[in-house]
Amino acid sequence: MGFGRLRALIPYILLAPGMAWLLIFFVAPMVTLAQSSLEEGVFETGFRFTWHWQNFTDSVDRFQEQFIRSFRYAGFATVLAFIIGYPLAYFIAWRAGRFKNYFLFLVVLPFFTTYLIRTLAWQTILSDEGEAVRAMRDSGVMDVLDTLHIAQNGRLLATPTAVVTAITYNLLPFMVLPIYVSLERIDKRLVEAAHDLYGGPIRAFLRVVFPLSLPGVFAGTLLTFIPAAGDFVNAALLGSPNTTMIGNVIQSRFLVLLDYPSAAALSFILMAAILIAVGLYARLLGTEEIT
Amino acid sequence: MATMEAAARRRPALALRALRFLGGQLVTLWAALALVYLFLPIAVMVLFSFNHIEGRFNFVWNGFSLDAWRHPFAVDGLEQAMVLSLEVAAISTVIATALGTFIALALIRYRFFGFSATNLLVLIPLTTPEIVLGASLLTLFLQLGIQTGFTTIVIAHVMFNISYVVVTVKARLRGFDWTLEEAAMDLGANEFQTFRKVTLPLIFPGILAAALLAFALSLDDFIITLFNSGQEVTFPLFVWGAARVAVPPQINVMGTMIMGSTVALMALSLLLQRRRA
Repeated sequence: MGFGRLRALIPYILLAPGMAWLLIFFVAPMVTLAQSSLEEGVFETGFRFTWHWQNFTDSVDRFQEQFIRSFRYAGFATVLAFIIGYPLAYFIAWRAGRFKNYFLFLVVLPFFTTYLIRTLAWQTILSDEGEAVRAMRDSGVMDVLDTLHIAQNGRLLATPTAVVTAITYNLLPFMVLPIYVSLERIDKRLVEAAHDLYGGPIRAFLRVVFPLSLPGVFAGTLLTFIPAAGDFVNAALLGSPNTTMIGNVIQSRFLVLLDYPSAAALSFILMAAILIAVGLYARLLGTEEIT
Repeated sequence: MATMEAAARRRPALALRALRFLGGQLVTLWAALALVYLFLPIAVMVLFSFNHIEGRFNFVWNGFSLDAWRHPFAVDGLEQAMVLSLEVAAISTVIATALGTFIALALIRYRFFGFSATNLLVLIPLTTPEIVLGASLLTLFLQLGIQTGFTTIVIAHVMFNISYVVVTVKARLRGFDWTLEEAAMDLGANEFQTFRKVTLPLIFPGILAAALLAFALSLDDFIITLFNSGQEVTFPLFVWGAARVAVPPQINVMGTMIMGSTVALMALSLLLQRRRA
């Protein structure tokens, strides 16, 4: 009997240390972040908790532009990652045959180097003195890019293009892997059935394969969009003051200006905005199809 | 007449096959281009580790040189940063792998009160922007008056790695045949013996995969670390600092070595698993 009771405790004993860690270092910080977001004062004389809701309204007023820009860049990067990543995932799942695992390995391999070094490599590729930019300038491609507003004044570095390119790059595997998993699960006989029923390849894809891969698309877009919206590394290394994202603002308020209340309020607004965006997106895609 | 009809019927089929073939080629071409995009920065990183450097930045190719590879730690602070990163990664990987594996075992093996709440608490950190994870942890340390430094970096890394470990181990445990445990117990083993002699060896590859992932993530983490590092400088923080002042090719050497050792480690673990099987 005593042993039976002990058995019932086993899951809790297993959970206790890990859950304690998450409660103390993930949940409790959310509480202190909330508390900090309602404080008033300056670093030198200390902050006091005064239910200072104005931090929130002020932040929205002052940094609207950066919020909108972050969501625009994150949206662009997500769409680009989907356009680049879906066919890649499709190729690996349906056409790579026995080389499947090697291709998957190739997809994740670049991400075993440091995030910042990958981003710095884009600085080299896009830099004004780089071979790529020089070739584009000499051949007149740069003028075309300029008129399309992809480049600015013959430059690629320090433009939104550079920031979005690198964000897309850094998050691509998070798009490819979930889509690959859901494509891989599809029973190939379903497509044969569609062909037998005289569905052309395009219709078979649109009506059978693509709908069945939607859970992967959903997971992939979330895993791309959320980190993209909060990112500041790409904008800091490849952008200009005109491409400042909300992550850059939060980072500098927390670590440079030491204005914790406004930085905390901005963090909460970012989380709320992401939740709303994700909610709308789930609605759009139809929640029944994603489980 | 009959042949013409047959031909007419065959023609769309032919067009269809042509379309399918073309579509297939297009997908292959697109995938090839995507892989070029993925490897372009990596190629640049490796190439520029051999650059002969003039000036402070490593943007322009000045000719081949082995200097950076011959003296990989010739830059002030780089070696200490690398050592710190490896220490943090080792310690946080051990703790996170242990805690995460326990949670995964509980979630897979048992149904208990608080099951879905546990599941949710494990998943939320994965969908929270890193900047919020880092910033909120900093407010906790500020509130408690804890000086940020080595310990707080480890705490932060364990925190974000627990969820990754749980997800990875769970995925590997899903196809596990639990009747093996019952068989062991029927044969007289107690719970502890069963776990040590039957369960653990069987789930070990999953735990190893989770530990490798945790190590890689810890070594690479920048955003959360930036908020909780105090005066300490990990390798990514060193790169961040260098990006503003001077980027020596030694940084590319480190990046290339990190990637090379990950590939070697993965090949090794594959080889070990194959030999055991």
